[in-house]
Amino acid sequence: MSHDPAEMSEDDERAPPADRGRAEYASPHADQVLENVLENVLVFLTCRRDRNSVSLVCKSWCRAEALTRPELFIGNCYAVSPARATERFERVRSVALKGKPRFADFSLLPPDWGAHFAPWVSAMAGAYPGLEKVYLKRMSVTDEDLAVLARSFPRFKELALVCCEGFGTSGLAVVASHCRQLRVLDLIESEVTDDEVDWISCFPDGATSLESLIFDCVECPINFDALEKLVARSSSLKKLRLNIYVCIGQLYRLMIRAPQLTHLGTGSFSPSEIVQQGDQEPDYASAFAACRSLVCLSGFREIIPDYLPAIYPVCANLTSLNFSYANINAEQLRSVISRCHKLQIFWVLDSICDEGLQAVAATCKDLRELRVFPIDAMENNEGPVSDVGFLAIAEGCRKLQSILYFCQQMTNAAVIAMSNNCPDLVVFRLCIIPRYQADRITEEPMDEGFGAIVKNCKKLTRLAVSGLLTDRAFSYIGQYGKLVQTLSVAFNGDSDMGLKYVLEGCSSLQKLEIRDSPFGDSALLSGLHHYYNMRFLWMSSCRVTRRGCREIARQMPGLVVEVFSWNNNAQDRGEENDIVETLYMYRSLARRVDAPKYVEIL
Amino acid sequence: MEMERQNDLNLKATELRLGLPGSDEQPEKRNNKRASSDMDNSSDGEKGDRECAPPTKTQVVGWPPIRSYRKNVIQAKKTEVDAAGMYVKVSMDGAPYLRKVDLKVHKSYPELLKALQNMFKCTIGVYSEREGYDGSEFAPTYEDKDGDWMLVGDVPWEMFSTSCKRLRIMKGSEAKGLGCL
Repeated sequence: MSHDPAEMSEDDERAPPADRGRAEYASPHADQVLENVLENVLVFLTCRRDRNSVSLVCKSWCRAEALTRPELFIGNCYAVSPARATERFERVRSVALKGKPRFADFSLLPPDWGAHFAPWVSAMAGAYPGLEKVYLKRMSVTDEDLAVLARSFPRFKELALVCCEGFGTSGLAVVASHCRQLRVLDLIESEVTDDEVDWISCFPDGATSLESLIFDCVECPINFDALEKLVARSSSLKKLRLNIYVCIGQLYRLMIRAPQLTHLGTGSFSPSEIVQQGDQEPDYASAFAACRSLVCLSGFREIIPDYLPAIYPVCANLTSLNFSYANINAEQLRSVISRCHKLQIFWVLDSICDEGLQAVAATCKDLRELRVFPIDAMENNEGPVSDVGFLAIAEGCRKLQSILYFCQQMTNAAVIAMSNNCPDLVVFRLCIIPRYQADRITEEPMDEGFGAIVKNCKKLTRLAVSGLLTDRAFSYIGQYGKLVQTLSVAFNGDSDMGLKYVLEGCSSLQKLEIRDSPFGDSALLSGLHHYYNMRFLWMSSCRVTRRGCREIARQMPGLVVEVFSWNNNAQDRGEENDIVETLYMYRSLARRVDAPKYVEIL
Repeated sequence: MEMERQNDLNLKATELRLGLPGSDEQPEKRNNKRASSDMDNSSDGEKGDRECAPPTKTQVVGWPPIRSYRKNVIQAKKTEVDAAGMYVKVSMDGAPYLRKVDLKVHKSYPELLKALQNMFKCTIGVYSEREGYDGSEFAPTYEDKDGDWMLVGDVPWEMFSTSCKRLRIMKGSEAKGLGCL
């Protein structure tokens, strides 16, 4: 599941304020007292938005705030240089860095684009000897980087790598063996190379401080005996997510050693191949029953549904259940979900069909977040889930805040119903898989459905659209989506007007990612007033030209405007009127020094 | 051998399909769509992260927006769904532990039997419709979707591989009862 740290400070892209003459007539001594007092007050300020406001008051406040900010959040690793960040903030104990744009997840970013952790870890090694926590998302991390991290920070406690790549089990081994105070090692949806190193055995002997060990994405076999011993000597362990190489028999052995677990990823949830004939299988249900604090369950990577009843004892307490790798049908789901009255977060495969969603809607009245992923990613006429299941959820789960729904068919009526029934929606991501797909029943565009969402869901901050949409849909978004911060568009829209509506109307827009939509230079240039307020804009396979991008770069020196050419030839850049394949631009206080050959910075 | 024919042309000739005989096309999709330069909608276009070839017009890279990691895992699952009996457990009377065999890998009965004989170091012998595996030391049987125990070889390969839940190699003497139904 996605791992967002609770309290991380905001982007520090804003430059320190210019010197304001009027505050400087006080004597240095009084100033120093003020700063000391201020520092003592500011330590209580945790919200990064507040901290940013504080830093804008005057130079003295900016300094005080910089000295007391313990958590550094950098939403775009290229927005500021490591040197500049570490110079301004001296006493940082926790760093969060985000790298590649999200569309990298869908193979739209060429490889070796960047987002290297190396320059950051080396700057921090010098500047932050007391560093305790690092959170990285979509960064390129090498084993060497992990080694530097493990050796540079003697008090290091928490490492979370989300959607990262470039490292392997040897890097994990170094972290395990050198970070003696390690509490958290979370590897989430990252690519980990199998260097055939037994990293589990590298944790130090004796009691550990481990509270969270998440490695379900690590696709390498592990030394189970070592893991069992590790769990046995980690009495603080609360979160354990196993990978697919842990079978259900091994899961049992771990669970009986760690009944204090609150979050469990079950691994394969099926027996290993070699089963002694005549052997009795352990009482899995009793192991689950013994975990009285279990609130979050995931895994089920190779589930054999016969074993599902084992989890019945914990269902009543579950607030989070991730079945998104479990190929189960409606009936198999029903037996579980009917017991999950407290469920708030539910991820699932569409193998459960509309019927399964109806079962969810019937029981999970407290549901806040739903994600339905497709087993079959091809564009089809029909799919196992549709507007029918969607409507059931809309009617049954009134407290819904976040939805991600993949389907083959949808209707405006169902979407409108959700907009009316679920006023608390903050995140609405609907993916109608067949591109340009109209309303299943009326064959109209999906404009009215999405329009209703932005109009009725007054707390909406994140929106992803799909299906057949005309410029009208975007006019609704611009008109009503005043709080929308993140917008994803793919294969939608008629003309430049669509993008113009959005750029002119969505005053809170921070992240805009668009692909395969007919928006060109005229639309691009209509956002000049807003681009400094945004973290980034991504446009691929649209109609913007090199000329248009260059114009942006010329008018807005505070932006880095990257244009990707798919051929590596630096000389062969293309004409000014050529449509660019990909435009990626973002506000920044730094110039990129590590751009690969195919990236042209205008 | 009779079985060698069963798994091939016979079945295809009698299979019901839309479209002209000899064509393998999928049925035409209902076209609500506007013309687009990306006409072909194969989502197999999404390759792993490491490819740097430009997206061609016939592939839709990265659509639908599912992370490669999840897509790879789910793709494996889909093939599990399509053929319910892909990896099945195999037990042999007298052997201390079970094995697993991938029915997808073996495209025919002769191949499967050869693999089983190799795995368990036994001789299974020759199938005949009338006598089953009469005369052999061992006979392969399987449990189908309905829970019934059947003799391996009676039904066409495709039907067998999609309905087989598990295999059991019985002693030839015990299998006699199945062979003469």
